[in-house]
Amino acid sequence: MPTTPLAAPVDLDGVLQRHQHNPTRLLQILIDAQDLAGWLPAPTLTHIAAALGIPRARVEGVAGFYSFLYTRPVGRYRVLFSDNITDRMLGNDGLMDALCRKLWVEPGKLSEDGLVSVATTSCTGLCDQGPAILVNGLAIGQLSHRRINEIAELIRQQRPLDLWPAEYFRVDDNIRRKDALLDLQMPPGDALRAAIARGRDGWLDEVRASRLRGRGGAGFATAVKWESARNAPGADKVIVCNADEGEPGTFKDRVLLNSYADLVFEGMTLAAWAIGASEGFLYLRGEYRYLRPQLEAALARRREAGLLGTAILGTPGFDFDIQIHLGAGAYVCGEESALIESLEGKRGTPRIRPPFPVVKGYLGRPTAVNNVETHAKTCLIALYGGEAFADTGTAQSTGTKLLSISGDCAAPGIYEYPFGVPITRILEDCGASDTQAVQVGGAAGICLANYEFHRHIAYEDVPTAGAFMVFDGTRDLFDVARAFVHFFAHESCGFCTPCRVGTSLLKGFMDKLADGHGARADLNDIEWLDRLLKNASHCGLGSAAPNPVIDTLQKFRPAYERRLVSLDFEPAFDLDAALAEARQLTARDDPGAHLKTHEEDAQ
Amino acid sequence: MKQFLLDGQPIPFEDGQTILEAARAAGHYIPSLCWHKDLPPHGSCKLCVVKSAGRHVSACATPAKDGAEVESNTPEMNGERRGILQMLFVEGNHFCPSCEMSGNCELQALGYEYEMLTPRFRHFFPDRPVDASHPDVLLDFNRCIFCELCVRASRDIDGKSVFALTGRGIDKHLVVNAESGRLADTDFTKDDRAANICPVGVILPKRTGFAVPIGERSFDGTQISTETLKEES
Repeated sequence: MPTTPLAAPVDLDGVLQRHQHNPTRLLQILIDAQDLAGWLPAPTLTHIAAALGIPRARVEGVAGFYSFLYTRPVGRYRVLFSDNITDRMLGNDGLMDALCRKLWVEPGKLSEDGLVSVATTSCTGLCDQGPAILVNGLAIGQLSHRRINEIAELIRQQRPLDLWPAEYFRVDDNIRRKDALLDLQMPPGDALRAAIARGRDGWLDEVRASRLRGRGGAGFATAVKWESARNAPGADKVIVCNADEGEPGTFKDRVLLNSYADLVFEGMTLAAWAIGASEGFLYLRGEYRYLRPQLEAALARRREAGLLGTAILGTPGFDFDIQIHLGAGAYVCGEESALIESLEGKRGTPRIRPPFPVVKGYLGRPTAVNNVETHAKTCLIALYGGEAFADTGTAQSTGTKLLSISGDCAAPGIYEYPFGVPITRILEDCGASDTQAVQVGGAAGICLANYEFHRHIAYEDVPTAGAFMVFDGTRDLFDVARAFVHFFAHESCGFCTPCRVGTSLLKGFMDKLADGHGARADLNDIEWLDRLLKNASHCGLGSAAPNPVIDTLQKFRPAYERRLVSLDFEPAFDLDAALAEARQLTARDDPGAHLKTHEEDAQ
Repeated sequence: MKQFLLDGQPIPFEDGQTILEAARAAGHYIPSLCWHKDLPPHGSCKLCVVKSAGRHVSACATPAKDGAEVESNTPEMNGERRGILQMLFVEGNHFCPSCEMSGNCELQALGYEYEMLTPRFRHFFPDRPVDASHPDVLLDFNRCIFCELCVRASRDIDGKSVFALTGRGIDKHLVVNAESGRLADTDFTKDDRAANICPVGVILPKRTGFAVPIGERSFDGTQISTETLKEES
């Protein structure tokens, strides 16, 4: 090839060596390489491709997929404002404007001196202590105008991040209600000893008896998943813990990983015992990267204690270890087959299923992917038995559920309830009043109106992965739905036509309504798009993308209708808005520079 | 022999055949853009969407099942296909009258097949520069529909990986295997399988554009359904 790779910085070779020049670690290599220079210049990609012996186009394909990888220069300080609806309700747009004004930078652009860039990002999982930002990947919550002023000053002074006030980076657990799991104080290893004593089959029987279902939202029976993986051909089975907690409004895994990491890792090891796996991965979303050092420390302690490694707790043949893989800003990687692609160092595109991951997962090996909370819950089963676990909750939804509560309530945070708890009880406990609606399960979940608050959190009634966002009477549910539609359009992987184009079209229609150009015909098109997305999408992201619109159109239709111009059809094109660039160039904003006032004057 | 029902008609199949393969072999057309007989199913364009046991599935990626009832050529499914075609038309820059693939283009032909009379949605007008650097082949990214046939053919048949997709969602786009981003700086040749697999007008051999005049091209006189079944029988 005519293009010769430039000599790479010495450090880049160190990164490549640390990852054994292994192409399945491409995403991890790109993340580490970016840490060296702040972004990924073209020669860096060329060098990595050559060193790994893979096509450069593949490296570029992966680098371009993840939101937190940059193939164009970004500021030495990269500020990303979390843009969940809960951040918006707490005024993140005003704060972002203020920061941009102070730093003389436009949102989404790099400042002239290359010092700073400011943009938005999908929910960073700090909804209970927002508005939140990430600065060079590190989370800061509880933003106020005062804190924004201080941050602007620190950036202007080019103060290194480790010299910023430590309290900025403090992330609170905000645990408000504990039940079986959060009350558990277990010395590491106890659950494992109990499970080992039962033998692999006996342990799987306990999980079956517990009727535990996946806490990631879909509610698949954990024992069935484990059994399928165990019985699938192939000796080298894999356990994956899905800590890619990207669903807007969810932050329970953040708390589990922060304060209950041993339960999570012990749960993964319990899964390995049942399935006969020797390799485990924790796929940690990039937004939670600040948790990595303490998680690595917990893993090291467990290895030291003989709870990971070879012959765990002196059991011959029970070898298992866990490594942490970082994500880099892609919600779709929460889908298990996309997560596996990402683990393999590829673009996070969901696979065709079947074959399912339990049969052919990571590198074609049988792979059991479970949610963080699911893994932690298995410790309870090991300690107290499956039947005791099944005693709480409802017949179809056993045990407890962690809810991440945010929005209009007095006490946002983590609440653990037995399944079957009614919405009214939760609202009372978190101090919500005048509640208009609750979004349960995040953007992909369900929007409940106040006449549905008697319903219960359970797989058979209102299923949820844990998000619970409260909206009081002052909120406009159209704005809520529109925020979620923007989220899905941003996070669509783009693999299948309905989701790639459909989410963008839906965003266009919602924006058209928001801009005051909506007509009845648009509502018909929106409903048509909703159906097509639901039916024809390749994966759950696309089929869930219209949920917020379907629910709010049905339950809060006036919020849409009052935005309609009373016509059958209205073009989205706004002639006056089209002159905005000309106005900016001529520095004019007087009435004469506006079409509408100009026309009115003429009449 | 095992069989399933396609719109009420019995379709025999052999184990391992997908709904799409079995249907076409039996003389029933199910449309596709990203499927190719020489490559594993991809399932991204979703034009082959059919309803099986009430669920929407990709016919190209779903194994045929004995006794299944499959709906394909119905107003509902064809309506969805028309919608998907409209999506493909508005997300790219497709100006058929000035395109040298006109008449050979599968996207255009499917537009006719499914009676797509308007684009229905607003156009996205993406900014996608062309790449004329290669001596023998022009790349006009404006027409890309992300079927990845060139990506897969170059990787799996030619063993070159000249093409890849980067970006995400609506910003996804095709790139070539060179730091310069120019096709001329890759090992691509006009005889590559990837050079002759594009169903639309992205990968165009130079100096042959109008060797076959408009009016005498593959889909000028025949519907794509007829043409496809003829080719595959």
